[in-house]
Amino acid sequence: MATTDTQNLTKPVAQPKTSKPTLSGRESQFAMTWRRFKQHQLALVSLWIVVAFYLVALLAEFFAPFDPGDYNPRYTYAPPQGIEFVFVEEDGSWTWGPYVNGYGTEIDPEAMRRIFTIDEEVRHPLGFFVESEPYMLLGIIPMSHKLFGTIEPRAPLYVIGADRLGRDQLSRLIHGTRISLSIGLVGVVLSLIFGVIIGGFSGYYGGWFDSAVQRTIEFIRSLPTIPLWLGLAAALPQNWSALQNYFAITVILSLLGWTELARVVRGRFLALRTEDFVTAAQLDGASDYRVIVRHMVPSFMSHIIAATTLAIPGMILAETALSFLGLGLQAPIVSWGTLLQEAQNIRTLASAPWLLAPGVVVVVAILAMNFLGDGLRDAADPYGK
Amino acid sequence: MLGFLVRRLIAMVLTIWAVSFVAFAIIQLPPGDYLTSYVAQLSAAGDRIDPQTIEALRERYGLGDPFIVQYFKWISGIVQGDFGDSFEWSAPVSELIWGRMGNSVLLEGLAVLVMWLVALPIGIYAAVRKYSLGDYLATVGGFIGLAIPNFLFALVLMYLWYVYFGQTLGGLYSPEMANSPWSIAKLLDFLSRAWAPILVLATAGTAQLIRVMRANLLDELSKPYVVTARSKGLPEWRVVLKYPVRVALNPLVSTIGWLLPTLVSSSVVVSAVMNLPTAGPLLLRSLTTQDMYLAGAIILLLGILTILGTLISDLILAWIDPRIRHGGM
Amino acid sequence: MMPQTPMANDKTLLRMEDVSIVFSSPDEADIEAVRQVDFTLTRGKTLALVGESGCGKSVTARTILRLLDKNARIPSGRILFSPGDGETTDIATLNPDSTAMRSIRGNKISMIFQEPMSSLSPVHTIGAQIDEMILLHENLDKKGARARTIELLEQVGIPGARQRADAYPFQLSGGLRQRAMIAMALACKPDLLIADEPTTALDVTTQAQILDLLRSLRDEFGMAMLFITHDLGVVAEIADEVAVMYLGDVVEQGDVFDVFKSPQHPYTRALMSSIPRMTRRADRQRLNPIQGTVPSPKNRPSGCAFTTRCPHAFEPCAAVRPEPTGTSENHWARCHLLTDPQAPRVDGLIQPKVEGGSDAYQGDRT
Repeated sequence: MATTDTQNLTKPVAQPKTSKPTLSGRESQFAMTWRRFKQHQLALVSLWIVVAFYLVALLAEFFAPFDPGDYNPRYTYAPPQGIEFVFVEEDGSWTWGPYVNGYGTEIDPEAMRRIFTIDEEVRHPLGFFVESEPYMLLGIIPMSHKLFGTIEPRAPLYVIGADRLGRDQLSRLIHGTRISLSIGLVGVVLSLIFGVIIGGFSGYYGGWFDSAVQRTIEFIRSLPTIPLWLGLAAALPQNWSALQNYFAITVILSLLGWTELARVVRGRFLALRTEDFVTAAQLDGASDYRVIVRHMVPSFMSHIIAATTLAIPGMILAETALSFLGLGLQAPIVSWGTLLQEAQNIRTLASAPWLLAPGVVVVVAILAMNFLGDGLRDAADPYGK
Repeated sequence: MLGFLVRRLIAMVLTIWAVSFVAFAIIQLPPGDYLTSYVAQLSAAGDRIDPQTIEALRERYGLGDPFIVQYFKWISGIVQGDFGDSFEWSAPVSELIWGRMGNSVLLEGLAVLVMWLVALPIGIYAAVRKYSLGDYLATVGGFIGLAIPNFLFALVLMYLWYVYFGQTLGGLYSPEMANSPWSIAKLLDFLSRAWAPILVLATAGTAQLIRVMRANLLDELSKPYVVTARSKGLPEWRVVLKYPVRVALNPLVSTIGWLLPTLVSSSVVVSAVMNLPTAGPLLLRSLTTQDMYLAGAIILLLGILTILGTLISDLILAWIDPRIRHGGM
Repeated sequence: MMPQTPMANDKTLLRMEDVSIVFSSPDEADIEAVRQVDFTLTRGKTLALVGESGCGKSVTARTILRLLDKNARIPSGRILFSPGDGETTDIATLNPDSTAMRSIRGNKISMIFQEPMSSLSPVHTIGAQIDEMILLHENLDKKGARARTIELLEQVGIPGARQRADAYPFQLSGGLRQRAMIAMALACKPDLLIADEPTTALDVTTQAQILDLLRSLRDEFGMAMLFITHDLGVVAEIADEVAVMYLGDVVEQGDVFDVFKSPQHPYTRALMSSIPRMTRRADRQRLNPIQGTVPSPKNRPSGCAFTTRCPHAFEPCAAVRPEPTGTSENHWARCHLLTDPQAPRVDGLIQPKVEGGSDAYQGDRT
């Protein structure tokens, strides 16, 4: 309608007036993006969730009560204890403080197998910064305290249950977070390097190189990725170490994952190439390298950050799917995918549904990253799509 | 129109050729050649193979020849319908794959159909009633649909079904129906099992289609021709359905091009989880046992399936969009 | 004081009486885009609605067909439509999607738009788009509708009408598209044709052809026409009457000759002096653009909207809304200069006599 049309037309003109003018183009670009981003409530909350996830991943040894490999056959498929905060004594008075109940066992007469019961009588109080076996935080800082644990050593602590070897699901989940999130990050950084180099040159030089790259990108994007990833992953030698396996999978993921980033980078380059300030820099005799790095990259930094954030969930999902199918990361590496592999058997799952906990974590992480990425993209390009 | 068609066909042939290269590269990837593993496998089983057979096989696959010669032998076999042998099943690959590929196509086709049937009305509703409760729910549902990995969805669905109904979901046909010819009974049997994988496969795509449809339609709803249609005296629902929805369908059709690769990917994973007789589990098994001619054939066929699907969506687009049909664009 | 609007006679087709239009949005205060607009449309005559972009011309026009978005409402005023069957409908009270309103749209009142490309559906042939209109309002089958469509296309001067009916809009030139649009608007022989800047997007020669076509069709069909434009040249060419709008108000209305010869509202005068004139070099004068910019409707003075830019504004202007004042037959303006005895004297305006003498000119005063 006529009035709304004119309002839309005047908006872009009115907007820049409200932003504070700064001398450096790069700073104002970032400042503007951040200011717009902060208006996005959901994206802001998601940012904190993502930060929390990465903090857990970074300090996994400290957050996890146990080592992911610690097992105890006594507690095979022990159900989640849950943490209680208040205990009502027999005289009616309340005792405060977190504790977990102990386990009792019964034999199910029909199925003839052991089932766990929660023993309300036994209480194991929990404490913060409890002493533990010495370990190395981040591989370098010697520590001998965990964030939390039972105050008596050796008491059972399975907040969200145990798996088939009696390993603590929570500790494994925390360690798995480290692997899954870092694979997403490393994979995206690798993709970004491919994407920026290929997309950047493609957009900057144009011509036959650009069309060749474009056809390649279209080709890769027209293929179903999972079968290809599976094919590549299957070719990895069986005798490779866990670390080699980890890096090989990351490389495989980014081999097909760079196209979206390259597309974004190329698009921005094409748009910027004709901008006056780029022409001006070229006329000043700046080298190609300098034009790209000093003049063009800063002006689309926020777009790249947004596109990168949006690419991480894809990487994480791909790793999870591959590992789940048994062709990605291999035990003893713990990742969300390998954890979910434990949940493959539907009968096991029916008796131990807590094995699905990693799935919940995956969904939360992916949602948060998608919201964060959307928020960043909107903030970087408010008039884009 | 003709020019458009010819261009697309040439592009398709080139893409298929490139896919065949990729598939063959994957066949070649594992260390050691196919024959060595085959012989090792047989001798491990205690069989003896006479050297003549080995020589014949070596000749047939061009083992020991350069990559390009081997590729040529492989691809010329495929053109004649010979995909090589699966050593794990001791049978020609072509005997193993067609039935399973048929199930894959059936399942993915139905998933695409369900996506459209569900996403269209919801997308239209969300755009026409922008910022309503329904729109909000569709958006939230869409985000969640996109964030749940399909294999996880399949697991949760199977878990819930098992817990509440005591049955395992899985397979596409009941054992007694599997080999009988198609009939109403078999169709019902199929649908009573196939709904679950179709639901899982369609969810993520539906979420995306709703987003695309909503955005397209919002763009179109503000176009002047909608006002023209209204000024003719048409009832509002006819205005919306006949004009902006019709125009917004065009870009939606071309989304199949990027939806299909994801769908084929998911069907591999979901089939593995739900134990469906499609190409997915066969591919997985052949890869773990390094039965590479079988794996390569499946990867090639899945690639071709995707490319054909994209071609079909291009043709539909040309058919419904006069601007392409009459070479206006 | 002269009557507000010309006396209704049997030729009067539509009367806007004191119509205001308000847009509401969830996060902002309501905006009164149009306030108290009145004008009369007569059969066989063309009224041109003139003003700068954003003054509410299009909003007014679309209100007649109730084509505005859901967030628009008409808090006051009447739109009386008398199509000649003795009944008068108040369009302002109809539900926009009701049968009553829809049987007026396209049938009795139709509309053509500025951008013929984007105003026609890109995926339907123009023939199909015209057929639809005929099938909707007339008792004809598909074949009959198509025959009528081809007849219409010929009438608006589209060569090869039979083949062109099967063409898509993108296959036609801008001029032909606008002709097709006109054919569609005339499909049901409407009583009123609203033309919303129909020539703005066309090149000059095509513009002249379209204006000629519209004029001859109006005479042929005997319909009234509401012609919206910002181009005073076009007004002079096509209109019988002109209504000048500024920021949602009709500030002056009258016979096109009267208004052009002796504009009575300062805004109309400013508009006139901002268009170039064809004169000999020696007689040329510098163009006189209107000072300042159009304020947003939010900051509109409660009195005369033009106060902030008017060179003659005086005491009552900002606060008191001027009433329409007739200055000759069929010509009125809303301006305090025309009624207030205390007003500053302005050359060319028909101002009231000041009591007590002829040299009572006081200039700006309290």
